[in-house]
Amino acid sequence: MDYKLDFSVVFDEMPDLLLGALATLGLALAGMTLALIIGILGVAARKSRFCVLRGLVIGFVEIVRNTPFLVQIFFIFFALPMLGLRFNPTVTAIIALAVNGGAYAIEIIRGGVDNIQKGQIEAGLALGLHKAQVFRLIVLKPALRSIYPSLTSQFIMLTLTSSVCTSIAAYELTSVAQIIESDTFRSFEVYFTITIMYLIISWMMMSMFALINRHYFSYPVR
Amino acid sequence: MPQTPNIDTPLIAMEGVEKWYGTFHALKSINLMVRKGEKIVLCGPSGSGKSTLIRCINHLEPFEEGRIVVDGTALDDSSRTIDAVRREVGMVFQSFNLFPHMTVLENCALAPMRVRGTKKAEAESIARKYLERVRIQDQADKYPAQLSGGQQQRVAIARALCMEPKAMLFDEPTSALDPEMVKEVLDTMIGLARDGMTMICVTHEMGFARQVADRVIFMASGEIIEEGEPEVFFRNPAHARTRAFLGEILAHH
Ligand SMILES: Nc1ncnc2c1ncn2[C@@H]1O[C@H](COP(=O)(O)OP(=O)(O)O)[C@@H](O)[C@H]1O
Ligand SMILES: [Mg+2]
Repeated sequence: MDYKLDFSVVFDEMPDLLLGALATLGLALAGMTLALIIGILGVAARKSRFCVLRGLVIGFVEIVRNTPFLVQIFFIFFALPMLGLRFNPTVTAIIALAVNGGAYAIEIIRGGVDNIQKGQIEAGLALGLHKAQVFRLIVLKPALRSIYPSLTSQFIMLTLTSSVCTSIAAYELTSVAQIIESDTFRSFEVYFTITIMYLIISWMMMSMFALINRHYFSYPVR
Repeated sequence: MPQTPNIDTPLIAMEGVEKWYGTFHALKSINLMVRKGEKIVLCGPSGSGKSTLIRCINHLEPFEEGRIVVDGTALDDSSRTIDAVRREVGMVFQSFNLFPHMTVLENCALAPMRVRGTKKAEAESIARKYLERVRIQDQADKYPAQLSGGQQQRVAIARALCMEPKAMLFDEPTSALDPEMVKEVLDTMIGLARDGMTMICVTHEMGFARQVADRVIFMASGEIIEEGEPEVFFRNPAHARTRAFLGEILAHH
């Protein structure tokens, strides 16, 4: 073991690493927000009376959940341009995260919606609300509350998965670290540091989720 | 819109209604006329089709044959007629079904705002009016889970009243309640009956039936077996099945 630890490199490059961490945070937040929207709209489509729409959602979920994230991101970045759809690495990363997170969100949220008692829906219909209003105003919030822990841990996972976006040279924490490492050969120091930084990012996410939980889902149940 | 309907025109009319759940014949040639202001108590053994019958009236259940006309609108599976009927008919469920994520006030203001397009301030003042009517106005800012069962059911009644319906359907509104809370809900319903509301109540509360019902209807196996004014119905039931049923519930109460 001749390797001498020298963290000075890490300190010198800290501004770059922090910017990378910020970029990761940004990708994750954008991906999550879009994934949540895809999740909610996907479940609404999955529950609609149009069988084509239902089929499309089932197909989408099936494909995304049974293929690797790396292949999905390569598909968007390298295959779609052949069809004339070209995105820069950051946009590709956000799309890939949204699509991947969205497919999982659909399955998780659907579980929550299925758990809502039929009586809730009937009460809404009996009051004269339409099906879509019942979903939006009555079903959605309690459904999200009931699956909130699974959804948020899925979103933490999505945040960490964003490191795979380094494979298309998207600007985020892991790709910044890779560049520093190849310039300085301080592999241990660099990857140790970003390990800690990912940990902190996860913790920040968790606190944010807890805050949202306290603010939005605080109504008492029994 | 019919102008002041003839006193004999039924507010709710069911004619030859047939309903199947798959191959199970749940309602058999149901004929029922309910005049404006009339109070009907519907009773019968569990599984006899009481819930199914009243749920057909606001189309929570579709039916296969026959006609249901509510306040001049014939239900025909189109969303236009279903919407029209649901605006005019309120429903109260056995399990209250209040929305847990909304306060009592929000529960009550929801439908006026979203269905009738009433402004929030006005919807809330309607809500407060009916919460006062069921004597629960001081709980307006609580969530359903913070109320007792009896209070929740009274809120559910107020919520339905906020749409200012022409008729109210009750599906065993006191069956899920602890005994000490039954009275507050029945008293609310009696008050409503006194004010002239048209009501169809599925209930086994025979004291309530005696006190407010114009007619008591007995169902078994998806059929209306007999009906009559409460005094006659209870003192002198015509059918053996009715007698057996009455004997059973009187033994339980
Ligand atoms: N959704 C359903 N699918 C199949 N059968 C049903 C359904 N709802 C009710 N039934 C059957 O229809 C019959 C009447 O039910 P219901 O109207 O709930 O009776 P009641 O309210 O008098 O107890 C019962 O035998 C019940 O099992
Ligand atoms: Mg029933």
